[in-house]
Amino acid sequence: MLSEANQRKPKGRLGRDVQSKIGQQLRAMYDDVVNEGVPDRFNDMLRQLDEQKKKEEGAN
Amino acid sequence: MPLDPTLKEQMLTAVPSLRAFAISLSGNVDRADDLVQETLLRAIANIDSFQPGTNMSAWLFTILRNLFRSEYRKRRREVEDVDGSYADSLKSHPEQHSHLEFNEFRTALAKLPPDQREALILVGASGFSYEEAAAICECAVGTIKSRVNRARNRLADLLSIEGAEDFGPDHATRAILAAGGSRG
Repeated sequence: MLSEANQRKPKGRLGRDVQSKIGQQLRAMYDDVVNEGVPDRFNDMLRQLDEQKKKEEGAN
Repeated sequence: MPLDPTLKEQMLTAVPSLRAFAISLSGNVDRADDLVQETLLRAIANIDSFQPGTNMSAWLFTILRNLFRSEYRKRRREVEDVDGSYADSLKSHPEQHSHLEFNEFRTALAKLPPDQREALILVGASGFSYEEAAAICECAVGTIKSRVNRARNRLADLLSIEGAEDFGPDHATRAILAAGGSRG
């Protein structure tokens, strides 16, 4: 039997345990991507931009 | 002039979190990476409008969000069911998400209205304060708070969480323990 206390109140705030579970899952999902670090394409792109700009300055 | 090395470093430091935010907005890794790349190019082109000493990450998030929004609005004019297409993009690229364990959570997240989803992610995952999230979303702090609350309530409903024991690895662990039978 499910007691009244175990049910989330429809209009009330979420219990702290529910909020913390949602928070944990959200951060775990997010950190999964964050932990992949910086893909090479972004390092390469910034380096190429720098080289391009240096070349342009050299031409001036 | 080449980009100031300090600014470049700050940009690269923000990339992993920008990607996570972009993936959660677009639901698609390839599109997310294009969005991040476009954000960096836009930032470099407008670097003079960045105030040194202020939060580079928040500035980049603002640019990324605006880029996504303008693309989203464009797509909405072209495609009727934008929310549905987001959900479909999740279904059609499950292999892009390395950990299947998050699928149920991602699907629930995809069902949230975009305003609520981004508010929850900025505050709950990216680690921005309510004030910073409000600045990024260009709305009032109270609006962010209410979006985050509604997002949490909706997620709890979608995931049918009634108590901590109903959710996540604890549940699985308990099930295994229960299946193991009682000893002694």
